[in-house]
Amino acid sequence: MTQDTLLRQITDYANRADPYPLYTELRKKPVRQEGDELFVVSTYWEIKSLLHDPRISSDARNLSPGAAGTLLQEEEASPLPPAFLRLDPPEHDRLRRMTMRPFGPPETPRRVNGMRGELARIVDGLIDGFGDRKQVDIVDDFSYPFPVTVICRLLGIPREDEARFHAWADTIAAGLDPDPGGDPGEQRRATHEARTELGMYLSGLIDERSGAPGDDMLSALVTQHGPDGRMTRMEVLSTAALLLIAGHETTVNLITNGTLTLLRNPDVLERLRDDSRLAVPLVEELLRFEPPVQLLPQRTTLADIDIGGTTIPKGASVWLVLAAGNRDPKRFPDPDRFDPDRPDIQHLGFGSGIHNCFGAPLARLEAQLALTALAQRLDAPRLVEDPPPYRQNAVLRGPRHLNVSFDGLRS
Amino acid sequence: MSGDHALEWLRREGRIVIVGASLAGLRAAETLRKEGFAGSLTLIGDEPHEPYDRPPLSKQVLLGHASADHTELPRRRGLDAQWRLGVAATGLDMAARRVRLADGDEVEYDRLLITTGVRARPWPHPAEAELDGVFVLRTRDDAARLHRRLAASPRRVLVIGAGFTGSEIASACRERGLPVTVAERGAAPLVGALGGVIGQVAAELQRAHGVDLRCGIMVTGLEGDSAGRLRRAHLSDGTTLDTDVAVVSLGATRNTEWLAGSGVGAGPRGIACDAGCRAFDIRGIVTDDIFVAGDVARSPHAIFGYQFLSLEHWGNAVAQAETAAHNMISSSSERRPHLWVPAFWSSQFGVNIKSVGVPSLGEEVIVAQGSLADHRFTGVYGYQGRVIAAVSFDQTKWLEFYQRQIETAAPFPPEYSSVDRRPEGLRPVPADFPDPSLPTHGPSVTVSGYSPTDQRITFTPARA
Repeated sequence: MTQDTLLRQITDYANRADPYPLYTELRKKPVRQEGDELFVVSTYWEIKSLLHDPRISSDARNLSPGAAGTLLQEEEASPLPPAFLRLDPPEHDRLRRMTMRPFGPPETPRRVNGMRGELARIVDGLIDGFGDRKQVDIVDDFSYPFPVTVICRLLGIPREDEARFHAWADTIAAGLDPDPGGDPGEQRRATHEARTELGMYLSGLIDERSGAPGDDMLSALVTQHGPDGRMTRMEVLSTAALLLIAGHETTVNLITNGTLTLLRNPDVLERLRDDSRLAVPLVEELLRFEPPVQLLPQRTTLADIDIGGTTIPKGASVWLVLAAGNRDPKRFPDPDRFDPDRPDIQHLGFGSGIHNCFGAPLARLEAQLALTALAQRLDAPRLVEDPPPYRQNAVLRGPRHLNVSFDGLRS
Repeated sequence: MSGDHALEWLRREGRIVIVGASLAGLRAAETLRKEGFAGSLTLIGDEPHEPYDRPPLSKQVLLGHASADHTELPRRRGLDAQWRLGVAATGLDMAARRVRLADGDEVEYDRLLITTGVRARPWPHPAEAELDGVFVLRTRDDAARLHRRLAASPRRVLVIGAGFTGSEIASACRERGLPVTVAERGAAPLVGALGGVIGQVAAELQRAHGVDLRCGIMVTGLEGDSAGRLRRAHLSDGTTLDTDVAVVSLGATRNTEWLAGSGVGAGPRGIACDAGCRAFDIRGIVTDDIFVAGDVARSPHAIFGYQFLSLEHWGNAVAQAETAAHNMISSSSERRPHLWVPAFWSSQFGVNIKSVGVPSLGEEVIVAQGSLADHRFTGVYGYQGRVIAAVSFDQTKWLEFYQRQIETAAPFPPEYSSVDRRPEGLRPVPADFPDPSLPTHGPSVTVSGYSPTDQRITFTPARA
């Protein structure tokens, strides 16, 4: 098997349901060169080390012309400037700090936990909405609407506009899929259009909020005057778009993957039903076992880096396969076993280092509440098909549908 | 074979005594049980409290965000140990394998672990140290007392010494809105730990937060009123300062006096031990049954040229305790070296400071990322052409990388490009540590006799 076909197999939809045997194959070499200027890193310690390496950039402008390829064109074509996810310090740090101010500690330490009651009500409302049905699609009926509703409320998007968001976010998230077999031109055009429309919509909303700020994050981003000054309009736009999209696609997969994993491990499901405290370690193990973000394809090197027996040259494109690192037997004993009782669970599910997932506290809480509620309220749940049909995306991986049947709802 | 039997017996029914019931002692005890030690376990501590955590004492406790009574260390497992709290160890008989206690009792051991740590160095003039209003901060009781006094809104607080503890105290006072003067003998706060270049940033932080920072100055006397209450301080520049609270933050003294005459290689700078945490006796010969861990230990570190380092770091106490405990009940081939890379953190004036490696070994420093002017940066220290330490102000997430650079003796100055390297970070500058030829502790071991058979080594306690 050549190296080239291995990467192609990972992005190949046929292997979406279970890419883990491919990751096992991938880890035989911690750093693999794929073509001239693409390097794939798949082992835990090497990934961790690169995530903390200041010689690694998230800014596509640092790619060498050869490695940049379509990636750079896509960035240039985007109507919005790169959000902090795609920037390096100091710009990254400044924007992330300013975004953190209305979201988390130290200025707003209780924002996420303060939403606990509201989140629980949304979850219960969605499950009540199953009505008399004995079978639902967990994705469409539950794990998709939940985080989408939450991120819209957090940002202050009017409820009547939420549906339009789904469409834009879907398209933009699909554009993050580095599918070597797809049509890059068509994908780029669709993404560009969605970004433009989203940008125009947000722009209108920003005008509204500047005049009449509310308690939402968008208002805070528009009006704040912190030690870092204030965000430009374009920065607010990029940041809001980032939060919206990151808030859309990842938690959906976390909850769906979690439901699937619980149904495949009925003993754990039963434990969770009887003891909701299990939700905390269970979600951590889930982030290791089935992380919603499987790989980070957007890093590049600012210098030659010797790692894992390979020299990655300056300007190369580096893919960090978090999901492969999470199952590295050199880091986690018996890594292919789902075990919420692991005492040591420093997974890479949220990345690490300065780009460590911004929304992690919210995603954790959402998944804990959602999975606990499903475990407690569905009577005798079982999978209708296993494996379920997956989304196209190899990066943001998760089932497209997850049909679950059950005997009824408990109140 | 007999060695194996002895070890087997030790693990099954041996007696292990731990002197020092704080972080290192507790974690060692937990590790012993976790690794299957089933014999008797005794923990001796001179404080009446169960093991508690110290980092919050100079931060959350002084701010009133946490109570001094509620800083107990979480227990990872049941220990099934005998606790002798509130009674100090006063002596050690190495030959008889016995620890003497202040209440006259004696405790026998097969293996001994010493984790007696350090105590705050007191104000050198005993009568002045007795004044009402003069504090040190090391223990939970110290923190509770100081917190009560700060809550009573003193007119001004004088902090003597601007090391990490002193700076954290000053920070907590400012956060409480109290006027604070900091008197530091060196040229800047934190200068002994981080050097003058980084110390200047610490000085700017203090001044920006309203601290009356006075460097290059010593407090020469503390003066009380007729009722024995602190009223003013005399400074080496001839000025006086009206103050009703003074916090003495002049570093720490290692708790080794109880070992005087025991034959253990203990002195004011700690107890020397090998990398496996086995104590040296005063002849420089490693013992088999006495182990050391935590602040009181001085051990050679392979990464730093096998220099004997003693570290007052939370993480070091944990890691060394675990290594010591493991080695105490393991055969020689299974023993592990204590290879922990020194690391500590501090929180002051809203800034999170973290360091890895040994900055004080650094000759030069370079601002590898960020900017000193922003008070947000990573400084990297070089020693003889290699990276020896790094410190970050509000940039901790890169430190793992620099730790790896230290571990691999990466060349200094770093030649590669990295994110957020600014013009000021292109060239290293002298790190500006105080002159090491300043007075230090005298010799504590003397050799007598001439012929090899006559030679005797004598331990002479030196003043700390």
